[in-house]
Amino acid sequence: MELNILWFWIIAAMFIGYFVLDGFDFGVGMSLPFLGKDDTDRRVLINTIGPVWDLNETWVIVAGASLFAAFPEWYATMFSGFYLALLLILLALIARGVSFEYRHQRPELKWKKSFDTMIVVGSAVPALLWGVAFGNVVRGVPLDENFNYIGSFFDLLNPYALLAGLTTLLLFFTHGVIFVSTKTEGDIRVRARALAIKSGLVTIVVAATFLVWTTLAYGTLASGILAAVAAVALITAYLANLRGNERTAFGLMAVTIGFAVLTLFASLFPDVMPASNDVANSLTIENASSTPYTLQVMSWTALIAAPVILGYQGWTYWVFRKRISRSHIEAAVH
Amino acid sequence: MNEWLDPLLLSRWQFGLTTIYHFLFVPLTIGLVTTVAIFQTAWYRTNKAMYLQLTHFFGKIFLINFAMGVVTGIVQEFQFGMNWSDYSRFVGDVFGAPLAFEGITAFFLEATFIGLWIFGWDKLPKGLHLATIWLTTVGSIASAYFIIAANAFMQNPVAYQINEEKGRAELTSIGELLTNPIALAAFPHTIFACFMVSAGLIISVAAWHLSRNQHLETMRPALKFGLWMMVISGALTTLMGDQLSLAMVAAQPMKMAAAEAMYNTATGAEASFSIFTLGTPDGVSELFSVRIPYLLSFLSTHTFDGTVEGINNLQEQYVQLYGPGDYAPIIWVTYWSFRWMIGLGIAHILVAVAGLWFTRKGRSPKTWMWKIAIWSFPMSLLAMSVGWVFTEMGRQPWLVFGLLKTADGVSPNVSGLEILISLIAFTLLYGALAVVEFRLILKAVQKGPDDAPAPDPVSGEIKHTTTVY
Ligand code: HDD
Ligand code: HEM
Ligand code: HEM
Repeated sequence: MELNILWFWIIAAMFIGYFVLDGFDFGVGMSLPFLGKDDTDRRVLINTIGPVWDLNETWVIVAGASLFAAFPEWYATMFSGFYLALLLILLALIARGVSFEYRHQRPELKWKKSFDTMIVVGSAVPALLWGVAFGNVVRGVPLDENFNYIGSFFDLLNPYALLAGLTTLLLFFTHGVIFVSTKTEGDIRVRARALAIKSGLVTIVVAATFLVWTTLAYGTLASGILAAVAAVALITAYLANLRGNERTAFGLMAVTIGFAVLTLFASLFPDVMPASNDVANSLTIENASSTPYTLQVMSWTALIAAPVILGYQGWTYWVFRKRISRSHIEAAVH
Repeated sequence: MNEWLDPLLLSRWQFGLTTIYHFLFVPLTIGLVTTVAIFQTAWYRTNKAMYLQLTHFFGKIFLINFAMGVVTGIVQEFQFGMNWSDYSRFVGDVFGAPLAFEGITAFFLEATFIGLWIFGWDKLPKGLHLATIWLTTVGSIASAYFIIAANAFMQNPVAYQINEEKGRAELTSIGELLTNPIALAAFPHTIFACFMVSAGLIISVAAWHLSRNQHLETMRPALKFGLWMMVISGALTTLMGDQLSLAMVAAQPMKMAAAEAMYNTATGAEASFSIFTLGTPDGVSELFSVRIPYLLSFLSTHTFDGTVEGINNLQEQYVQLYGPGDYAPIIWVTYWSFRWMIGLGIAHILVAVAGLWFTRKGRSPKTWMWKIAIWSFPMSLLAMSVGWVFTEMGRQPWLVFGLLKTADGVSPNVSGLEILISLIAFTLLYGALAVVEFRLILKAVQKGPDDAPAPDPVSGEIKHTTTVY
């Protein structure tokens, strides 16, 4: 296999890692107003992701840097083209990250509440905008002959991309709420499961519409099959949650997100950023990639590092595998 | 075009602002995580309550600071593509690799093990928990190496060839890229400078408490530790700074000429180093100066009769090499930032040596001495920042020295208005966060370490009492 094809799929894998992992962080963040009845509840919620949100977020840093190294033209076009959208994502990620660390630094309820608001907004904005950004990549954007984006910010807010954004928002929300039900005990766990049953229905409708639209407008046979797998996994996740199999439901949500991302990448291939105005200006895995030498160096690094990284990250999740309840928080406060 | 909406100018301001801001937190992260790891190791080995108290106390300050370093770092990563897309297209094949290595090997390590350290106090065995803070340390130092190697390519491009057809630089050897002489000198210089900053923090904090006669049992040893750390890392920073000067003169002679505001080539005694100059602000004409003969010659060549090229001569050479243009950076910035970096560094070493002398064998210094010691932290941080301002501004007008001008790296399709919006947004958010962070650190510092935990009645072991969260 050509290395640029390999790296196209490695980039896809990194974004899958990011969306599956930080996806539930976003969901937990957005669930605060729905599940967090009082401060103790909200602390339970935040503590479900406390030890891991930073490592989950790091996936996007690594994905971004790998994009830079493997497909510099793609990185340059996408990041300068989606300037304001990425600015909003950055501001949101800053607000969210700081809030996780600072909300417990002072006892006043007002202090905590303002950081809780920042967590909710800081989770919802990227959950929405990452979908919008990838929707636009798949749909194609106007590019000039130097591959520079020539549309405006508002061109990015087209119906297809907005539907993509709504899809990621809802997927991450349900994913996060189900995660809460797998990580907590008592009343909050029950309420989380009930909420996921409600939000799951909306998610199925929106995500299915999005997958069908993608397949009809931009898809291939392969991407259609991947979309079908994503849809089946989503429905099965819903049924599993209905039956009370929370962990199975969570695993299937991860499968759903993974296959949804694969659907998008399969629709793109072999383009990485199709030009909507003139096919000749499209960025492809050929003209956007680094030299074979750089890709080779990167491949060896990834090959050696991947098992180690997956090993210690998996181990971290195992260390923090226990459920959290209100009594843990109360005991720690004493 | 409206002058205020010049994308180049605004992008430069934005990059300067966000990077300086990011680097206010990073040195403390690198320095403090190492210090905390040392304290925790001391506790692990001696079972003395004092070391656990110090671990928790400086660990808390470290964590408040760490959060800011992380969130501002993501901005850095994205900005290359957002504001400097032509630069990214030009260097991506070379520059992307160290950045990706940083993420893959360093950031993952750091982000994972810091979570285990914070939340793992009562979940992991003592030795394993100690390992998590050391792995975080390794991650943060490794990240510094890769980012400095990337930056070194901009100062001194190596291991590349130009692909005319694609109009970009392409990597020819990863080994050569990662052993860029500038990187090999800048990395230890920066790391030791980071240790100076965290030593500065420890000295400041300990001096504040000791001058109030409180927390003596923890703050006395902390002060000693901080003073020694300052002397040692200060000496090493100076030593490596000297190496870095040599490498810099070889790669960018214009930077040394600009650092000394030296317009004409000089040899031997004439190649003097001015400690202090009174003159017109642009440095063009001199009213009064204190000079050390031969020093500049020594700094640049390690010989006393070396020749140091002047700005005018270099300017002529560069015009012949690269075509018409102005190839000198802003002289007063390079001149003063270089002096402040070195001056503050030497001042810190002297203050620390004096501190060791006046606190020898349990002696207690005078009140005014505490007042000076308290400035250690802000001043070492300032030395750090002006050092980078010197490095980065001294590289101008080049973005990648000799290959790409800053003006040619900016994103051509991002409007001045968009950059202005983001510049304002970052300024406001960063400003607000700076206030919050500063207050939190101040509060944590003033509260002082928690009381010593009582030993376990059965085993006599000192256990941690609080979970930092
Ligand atoms: C506490 C901070 C601190 C202190 C006391 C010093 N430095 Fe420094 N210096 C830095 C912190 C720093 C820095 C911020 O970390 C820089 C910016 C880039 C780099 O690699 O390190 C730097 C850069 C830097 C450069 C520019 C390298 C380049 O542009 O390629 C030179 C030549 C020196 N230093 C030399 C010195 C000398 C001779 C010192 C002492 C006598 C000294 N520094 C003390
Ligand atoms: C952490 C310490 C650093 C500080 C304080 C710093 C500071 C600055 C400043 C003040 C500028 C503006 C210079 C000007 O426009 O006149 C600048 C520019 C820049 N720096 Fe740095 N820098 C740091 C590290 C780095 C590193 C590690 C890299 C690359 C890996 C880097 C890449 C750049 C780039 C791409 C620009 C923009 C182009 C330019 O204006 O020159 N910087 N930096
Ligand atoms: C302009 C260039 C720079 C870029 C692109 C950059 C990128 C980043 C990113 C993405 C993070 C977040 C990591 C996380 O989430 O864990 C980060 C944090 C960090 N960066 Fe930077 N950085 C720059 C300058 C520097 C320099 C010059 C150094 C070291 C000398 C440095 C050292 C660190 C360290 C140690 C951290 C982690 C600890 C902390 O966040 O405080 N960075 N940086």
